Amino acid sequence: MAHYDFNTPVAEAAIRALRVNDTVTLNGTLYGIRDATQIHMFDRGRKTRFDLAGHAVIHTAPNVKKVQASAAHPAGYAPVCVGTTTSARMERFTRPLMSQYGVRMIIGKGGMLADSLAAFAELGGVYLAIVGGAAALETTWIEQIEDVDLDDLNPESLWRFRVKGFGPLLVAMDSHGASLYTGLKQAAAGRRAAVLASLGVK
Amino acid sequence: MDVDLQQVEEAAKELYIRALKILPPDIKAGIAALARGETDATAKSILGTMIRNISVAEDNANLLCQDTGIPIYNVAIGRAVTVDGYALKQAIRRGCERATREHPLRSSVVHPLTRMNEHTSCGRGVPVINIDFSESGESLSIEMIPKGSGSENSSWLKMAIPAEGVDAIKTFVIDCVLESGGKSCPPTVVGVGVGGTADLCVHLAKQAATRPLGSRCADAEGAELERALSAAVNRLGVGPQGLGGDATAFAVHVETAATHITMNPVAVNMQCHSARRARATFTPAGLEYGF
Repeated sequence: MAHYDFNTPVAEAAIRALRVNDTVTLNGTLYGIRDATQIHMFDRGRKTRFDLAGHAVIHTAPNVKKVQASAAHPAGYAPVCVGTTTSARMERFTRPLMSQYGVRMIIGKGGMLADSLAAFAELGGVYLAIVGGAAALETTWIEQIEDVDLDDLNPESLWRFRVKGFGPLLVAMDSHGASLYTGLKQAAAGRRAAVLASLGVK
Repeated sequence: MDVDLQQVEEAAKELYIRALKILPPDIKAGIAALARGETDATAKSILGTMIRNISVAEDNANLLCQDTGIPIYNVAIGRAVTVDGYALKQAIRRGCERATREHPLRSSVVHPLTRMNEHTSCGRGVPVINIDFSESGESLSIEMIPKGSGSENSSWLKMAIPAEGVDAIKTFVIDCVLESGGKSCPPTVVGVGVGGTADLCVHLAKQAATRPLGSRCADAEGAELERALSAAVNRLGVGPQGLGGDATAFAVHVETAATHITMNPVAVNMQCHSARRARATFTPAGLEYGF
């Protein structure tokens, strides 16, 4: 269990070095992405002008405040509360995010499934678990909303954040085929019969 | 007692923002108790982060969670209250819209087919406004619940049959908790509706999921079921965020209603660890905020 501090973007070798239960803290650029963002990118042929190669995306749709564009708020948005949503809904977008855009890290809560795990192994990626619902804390790690694309989808726009000390995040799925969720789900399912018996279920 | 609808509008606005920022004391105590009892190191650390987040939200007057949810207002009207019910609902809706625009809050509400967001947290049938009548005299209370989607997506209804008995209810609850895993942002309050019609059963599950911790089902049979299920779900090892540990749920809450001789319905609706709610009570003494 090692800890890594990354400045994004990150090379494939650094991602391949990560193992489940390691922790990672990010500095630099972080992209925010959500259901509608990816539906439009991968089902409706829309493209982003952002270069996501080697970067991390976080499953989010933030609370923001429209402000006058300035050096502090170049995109005309100030962050109000930036948190994380449940990842599993966006399972089918992991592979195209990696193969078409070169994304290396996906940050979310609740875990992802078998196809994401396979994509991480084939293409060199990881899933980093954040504590869902801890958005007030997460917001303190966001320095600025640098830019925004596909903003007609607001709040499910493609956000470019600048972050400092974003973490620690738990490596919960790695590029070596390991997923904390798979093992825990099997273990919990294995306790089902005993738990039902304790409830007197016949 | 007459109720000033301008004050209701202000309260509806204030309640949404308060609910998003301040967790009720029973939930705070619940997280602290789960953290004390947790034996898994990762789970203990996750619960610690949740506790820290509650302090950061209060210190920075920020929202606890980014998910502003689907706004729900539960109104209880006392027997000695005179109010224009239609106008009351309009005032609540205006307050909800104003909270969204004026704070501002993320509007999490879209049309179900076009997915268009009006950026008001409102739309067809939303906010959900439930009106009920209470035994109290000169009192009108409004409870506000911003219901987050991570936990709301963990909702199920099973129209079991009488021959499957209570075993079907218990098995269904356990399987829903397993199926939900980390997606519902555990530790959760697992709300269980038993009986009624299909729609009443789901509504009971929602009432159960949003009841304060420490409260009991008023039906003795339901109370016994929730006691047994509360202990059982925390032996599954799902844990906080689905990453393993003891603290899968604060509690299982059960609400019951009579049902048909041919029916045995059970519904599950979950509430996440950020189990937010706020209350405004209007009495002749004035308006008071609480939980």
